[in-house]
Formats: sequence, C-alpha cells, structure tokens
Amino acid sequence: MMNTQPHTTRRSLGKTAGRLALRLFLIVQTIVVVYPLLWNVLASFKTNAEVMESPWRLPSGLEWRNYVHAFTQAHIGDYMLNSVIVVLISMAVLLTAAVPSAYVLGRMRFRGRGFFTNFYIAGIFVGGVYIIVPLFILMNDLQMLDNRFWLSAVYATNSLPFSIFLLTGFMKSIPHDFEEAAMIDGCGYFGTLVRIIVPMARPGIITLIVFGFFDFWNEYVMAMTFVTSEEKKTIPVGLANLMQIQQYATDWGALFAGLSIVLLPTIVIYALLQRKLTAGMMLGGVKG
Amino acid sequence: MTLKQRRILFILACLLPGIALFVMFKVYPTVQIFHKSLYLWTGLSDEPRFIGLKNYADMFRDDVFLLALRNTGLLMLIVPVFTLLIALVNAAILAKSRLRERALYRTVFFFPSILSFVVIAILWSFIYHPTMGFLNSGLELLGLGEWALPWLGDQRTVLWALAVTLIWQAAGYYMVMYMAGIDSISPDLYEAADIDGATRIQQFFRITVPMLWEIIRVTLIFSINGVLSISFIIVSIMTGGGPNRHSEVVMTYLYTQAFTNANFGYAMAIGVFIFIVSMALALISNKLTDRGSY
Repeated sequence: MMNTQPHTTRRSLGKTAGRLALRLFLIVQTIVVVYPLLWNVLASFKTNAEVMESPWRLPSGLEWRNYVHAFTQAHIGDYMLNSVIVVLISMAVLLTAAVPSAYVLGRMRFRGRGFFTNFYIAGIFVGGVYIIVPLFILMNDLQMLDNRFWLSAVYATNSLPFSIFLLTGFMKSIPHDFEEAAMIDGCGYFGTLVRIIVPMARPGIITLIVFGFFDFWNEYVMAMTFVTSEEKKTIPVGLANLMQIQQYATDWGALFAGLSIVLLPTIVIYALLQRKLTAGMMLGGVKG
Repeated sequence: MTLKQRRILFILACLLPGIALFVMFKVYPTVQIFHKSLYLWTGLSDEPRFIGLKNYADMFRDDVFLLALRNTGLLMLIVPVFTLLIALVNAAILAKSRLRERALYRTVFFFPSILSFVVIAILWSFIYHPTMGFLNSGLELLGLGEWALPWLGDQRTVLWALAVTLIWQAAGYYMVMYMAGIDSISPDLYEAADIDGATRIQQFFRITVPMLWEIIRVTLIFSINGVLSISFIIVSIMTGGGPNRHSEVVMTYLYTQAFTNANFGYAMAIGVFIFIVSMALALISNKLTDRGSY
C-alpha cells in the first residue's frame, strides 16, 4: 500500500501532462485551420491600406463598402445565382439518372446486369481532368459550350458512377417483401419505384445530395473551360477572376468580401449537414 | 403488352438516361484521348493528321514536360505520406483519448475538405504573400525576420509551400475516414492491451495501424489521385506554374498545351500518359502495401 501510493500519483500526473500535451497539439492545429478563415473575414472589413499594413491587426472600423463593391463591381451576386442554377440542374439530372439505374441494377435480375454494374464501377476510376480536352472538343462540335445546362449535365455524369455504386448498395439492403406487396396491390413498376423504393432509399439519396452539393458548388476546372461569357460564370470562376484582377487593381477589400460571402453559406450548410456528411462519407468512402 | 415485355421496357427506361450520359461524357472522351493521341492536331479547324507514337516520343524530349513530371512526382510522394500520417495520428487521438471537446476538433479539421479549392488557393496565396502575408510577418513577429522568404516566388520553396496547402486541405477528410475505421475495431483488443500494460503508442502501432491497414491502402490511392487533380487548381491559381516553371505540374502543362497552344493531339498524349501512370501507381501502391489479410 505504502509503495503504490506515490506510484499512482506519478502516473496520474503523467496522464494529466499527457492530456495537456494532446490538447496543445490539437489546439495548434485548430488555429492553423481556423486562422486563415478568420483572417479573411477580418480583412474583408479593412480598408486597402490596412490590408497591406499587417495581417495581425484588427480592422479599425467596419468597411462595408467592400461588400457593396463585391456586389456592384465584382458581380458576386450574379456568380452566386449561376452557381445555384448549376447546382440545381446538376442535382436534378443526377437523381433522374442515378436513382432508376441503381434500382434496376440493385434489385432486378436481367442479362447484362453484371456488365453495366462493372461498367459504372470502372467509371469511378476513369475520367477526371485528363479527359477535359476531348470533352471540350465534343461540346464545341455539338454547340454545348457556354451553356449552363450542359455544364450541369457533365457535372452529373462525373458524379454518376460513384452515386450509382453507393445507391445500388442501399437498394440491395431494402427487403423484397415491400415491392412484392406493392406489385400485388397493383402498383406498376414505375409506381413501385416512386412510391415504395424512393422513400425507403432516402438516406442514400440524401447522402448523394449532400455530396453533390459540395462537388457542384465548388467545381472550377470545367466551369472555367466550358463557360466563356461573363454573365454565366459560377462562383469559383468568378472568384479566380477577381483574384487575377485585384492583383493589378489592388482593391483587396472587395476580394476578401467576395470570399467571405462565399464562405458564409458554406459554413452554415456545413453546420447543418455536418453529421450527414461525415456519416455518408463513412458509408461510401470507406467501402470505396 | 405482356408482363415480361413491360418488365424489359421498364429496365431499359431506367438504365437509358444514365447510360446515355455516361457514354457521351465519359466513355467517348476516354476513347478519344487514346485515339487522338496518335494524331498531330493543332487547332479546332485543323484536320488531324496521323503521326503514330510521335507525340509520346516528343514528350520525353520536352524539358518542360519532364520538369512538370518531376514536380508532380514529388508532390505525389510528399503529400499523401504527410496527409495520411497526420490524419491517422489525429484520428487515433480523437477516437481514443475521450477528450470532451473531440467533436469540435473533428468538425473543425474536416472543414477544409468541403471548401472550394479556389477559395483555399486564394487564402493560401495570401498566407505566403511576401509583404502582406502572415507567414512572413509572423516570422518577423517572432524575431525570425531573416527567415522570411517569397515562398511562392522561390524555386527552392515553391513546391513545399504548395504541398503544405494540399495537406492542409485533405488531412481532415481522411481523418474522418480513419475515425470511422477505428470505431469499428473491437474495444476488447484495446482492453486486453491495457491489461497487458501496452502504452498508447504501442497500441497505435500494434492495433490501430494493422486493423486499419485495408482502409489505409484505399486512402493512399485516393490521395495520390487527389494530388493529381487538386494540384492543377492550386498551381494555376497560386503560381501559374512559376517561378520559371518550377511549380508546373503535368495537369497545368496539359491544359496549357491544349487551350493556350491548341496542341490537342499532344495534350491528349499527355492525358493518356497520366492516365496510365496513375493506374500503374494505384497497382504498385496496392502491391507494396499488401500484407496479406489480417
């Protein structure tokens, strides 16, 4: 007894010190992640001279003019609207293509099922930016360039293989009794899909929507390549242009205001969807 | 119409939209890069001329391409290793330490992976900015002013600076994946290790890492492929390939060849090359990390 007493206190002391070290380690990383974002928001309220001065100082007043400039001169509002349009169309196209495909591939037996399943799985690995050149030429030939609908169709196609893969797994887990009952009750194939399967696959579909939102909202390379007219550009392209322009015009405030305007909805949506997002990632990602 | 016919019709109708999109925007362009990489094709109005493998031969005599390849290779080596290491350590700490605020750390660390790459690239341009950036002014604040460098303007530091940005962006994403993996490891293993007197660090190497090995292998391939595409956006916004092409990566080079120089055939040959290399890398890393099944 006499011997173990000092031993345990030393051990618990070591434990507290260890926890402190862990916390310190994590807090330093938190600062590394948060500070650039915080700095950006602070800088959006600074005058140009203040931005140039020191990145550590707080703004002396709230320079709301930066935000006015972001909307009036930098057209952030228009870019946002375009992004919203593109996200909505992409989502609609993706769901129209992915849900029926996944239903059929996951739940019905027919010749060619294995082929199509593998076809899509291969698509998860193929693609990406290196097919952008032939894609550009194809869209040029078919006059699909500078068109928000076709940009969205390409986005939806890029997400399609993984979405089908994810949803097919979901579809397989729904018990077959439900469909049989629906069929007996006189629901046709289509009615069964819409009224029985879609509601039951809701968690999977929500995962797709959450992932799709961030993918479509943030996409840059294709938006930059396939859309040429100023009034159709999406947020990432608009911001990149703004960055290029501000380097010469040195109106930093408007750029940071623009970035903050884009950050804000992202943070709000992230706060709302965080759980769904990470849960969905475990679902799809780890298996992937 | 018989029931059987209706069933077939339904299946076709369900598959059609997906297949149509997939063939048009994915399969066809993929076939095209292989086919047209054998042609000399400069300009949209130009008629492609068959030149066999000349585009490929040119690639290896093209100094800029070779430099871009070297830079990409370096990034593909550094970024996945550090990203996954940081992700793994953080995941182990958060999953096992039972800190009260662990959910908060998880939320914060994951956040960069949902930010637009464009936003990240712009923010980091200002972190590294030679005069108004807070890396340099932070160094001055600490009295290390002579360490201040134009991080993106110096050919010795530019790739490392970009690598840090790429790691910052991705570490949280993989951390969440690993946390999910750790949660599915049976707690009995850790309890038994505790009873046997194994330290936390021993438990990390003897239990966590081996049990997560399959996930680590998959994330390694994800991460290598991620570097390939993300480096394109980061480089084109942060440095434009400079200084003097020392941060040029294969994707930015491909893009310039196609859309600035209208060298479509050559750009597609580069595309095919990247495609084959990334497939090969996936296979190699899969092979190297194969420890048999646990």
